[in-house]
Amino acid sequence: MSKAPAVKKRSAWKKFYESYKAYLYLAPAILVMLVFVLYPLVKVFRMGFYTKYNYLTEVGKGFGLKAFEHVLGDPSFQLALKNTLIIFGVGLPISLIIALVIAVLINSKVKFKGVFQTVYFLPYVTSIIAIGIVFRWLFHSEYGYINYFLSLFGIPAMKWLSDPKLAIWAVTIFYIWSGLAFKIVLFLAGLQKIDEQYYQAARIDGASKLRTFFHVTLPLLSPTLWMVIMVSVIYAFKLYNEIFSLFSGQAGPANSAITVVYYIYDMFYNRNQVHYASAAAIILFIIITVVTMIQNQVSKRFIHYN
Amino acid sequence: MQVQLVDLVKEFGQTVAVDHVNLTIKDGALTGLLGPSGCGKSTTLYMISGLEQPTSGKILFDGEDVTEVPAEERGIGLVFQNYALYPHMTVQQNIMFPLVNAKVKKEEALARCMEMAKLVKVDDLLKRKPSQLSGGQQQRVAIARALVKQPKVLLLDEPLSNLDARLRLEMREEIRRIQKETGVTTIFVTHDQEEAMSITDEIVLMKKGVIQQQCFPQRMYLEPANQFVAGFLGNPPMNFVEVLAEQGRIRLNEAQYPVQEDISGTVLAGIRPESFTLGEELTVLVESVEIRGRDQLITFTLNATPVHALIDSVHLVKAGAPISLAIKGKRIYLFDKESGRRLNKEFKYE
Repeated sequence: MSKAPAVKKRSAWKKFYESYKAYLYLAPAILVMLVFVLYPLVKVFRMGFYTKYNYLTEVGKGFGLKAFEHVLGDPSFQLALKNTLIIFGVGLPISLIIALVIAVLINSKVKFKGVFQTVYFLPYVTSIIAIGIVFRWLFHSEYGYINYFLSLFGIPAMKWLSDPKLAIWAVTIFYIWSGLAFKIVLFLAGLQKIDEQYYQAARIDGASKLRTFFHVTLPLLSPTLWMVIMVSVIYAFKLYNEIFSLFSGQAGPANSAITVVYYIYDMFYNRNQVHYASAAAIILFIIITVVTMIQNQVSKRFIHYN
Repeated sequence: MQVQLVDLVKEFGQTVAVDHVNLTIKDGALTGLLGPSGCGKSTTLYMISGLEQPTSGKILFDGEDVTEVPAEERGIGLVFQNYALYPHMTVQQNIMFPLVNAKVKKEEALARCMEMAKLVKVDDLLKRKPSQLSGGQQQRVAIARALVKQPKVLLLDEPLSNLDARLRLEMREEIRRIQKETGVTTIFVTHDQEEAMSITDEIVLMKKGVIQQQCFPQRMYLEPANQFVAGFLGNPPMNFVEVLAEQGRIRLNEAQYPVQEDISGTVLAGIRPESFTLGEELTVLVESVEIRGRDQLITFTLNATPVHALIDSVHLVKAGAPISLAIKGKRIYLFDKESGRRLNKEFKYE
């Protein structure tokens, strides 16, 4: 008995020694993570709690919650939060539904399945900046196809990109489209994993197409659906690229299409208010964490893992 | 309900999976579609179900053409090889799914679900998910789901292939019992001849999309129509030995056996391993002995061909020693060497 702890101690050391090579292999990746993820994270948390912070000298003044107070009271941040919630509450659900419908259509027995798959995947591998330029033309108030399409239904031309009221909706449309590829590809992968026999069984059981979709396809797809929602929600909260490319680096007319991440970027680079940027980042972090936690609770009821 | 297949053909590209099949399946019977893998038995089953469309030919249910009727309207129940139970539904939800789809009232659906669950003995598992069930229990639930809407035909695709040996014995008796109790016309596909022989009223043996023989199991075993049928049924399989038939007799080693006078030339003699017994007809040198429990499988050479015989274990047989054997009832089947057709048609039952 008295020997046991000694043996245990040696074996723990031995264990480390035996796998030191593994740690060596992991070291570069861990180092990169430490420098570019963990260190900035810690710094952000530090900077956010100063009333004033000099980024170059790394000297902060007045430790406290002043920065949060300022950010939360800033109308610009409130607009950013509202815009982000529009993307999350309107753009995301529409994007998910459209992606699911397209994926189901491609997965049903259509001809040229491979062609469709490629076509829908193309936006994912195309630069968002390039797509942004194309969309700028589509949204153009005089020459754009979107207004032309609307005019067919008698809807007057709209100034998508220059009207402060419309700018965020232009962003939402752009976001819906640009996010489709990623979602469709994942949905397709999930749909293809569902055994054909379940559909045959559903047919034998006399289930209509709609009932089959809601009672067989959707529950069996739920793990994929959940994963896509999880990733998309976080992406929606982090939306920035779409705005940057659609308004050539601006946040729309009179900053009307500003999002939380754009606000953070703007505070950091354009205004040099790193402590405000940090505080906003921490607020965003808290929002995403809370939403993810709620999602986790909800998912337990609706996700069926086999 | 009587199921009739008329000139049924199914082609997949260049391959003919089912080749002009004509078949009548009796009302209320348990029929086994038997054959080696790739013989077209599953394809035939799926065509009866309506999930697979025939290239040509007709399918009649009680004389009514249902070839163009979609699967969901044919009134059939189908049990899939891997059961295809919906993993996200409980046993009860699985069994009730066909009823809910048919908009049966809730109380009635519940009552029918309970009745079925009791019939297949899963009434204590109703709240479980399929993943919490054993293979045999899943099989029972799948049968209940197929039967709950009171189908006119029950189709089972290799129902026992996913079960271990012990469960297989249990479930095949259960399938027989359930079929007897409900009286539903049942067709099941299997590649296992023992399975087919043990529980069916009738066997349909197929090979390369063509029906070889259709009759009740005992008769198929005792009166095979051709060499393929003879070789497919029975375990260990029938021995085939080349013999010369002349003047109404054939020779096996030094022994002579009488055959029909009209058979002559080189033919194949088929002898079942279990037809051999100790006796004084022919003496052979035992090459190997394999004890199987109740009996032992001995190997020797007959007309330059290795042959197996099953001998009761109580006899001490040694490899390398001679043994004197007889053939029970001189039961030798003769087959045409080219076509495999059986030549001596008569069979003496004892």
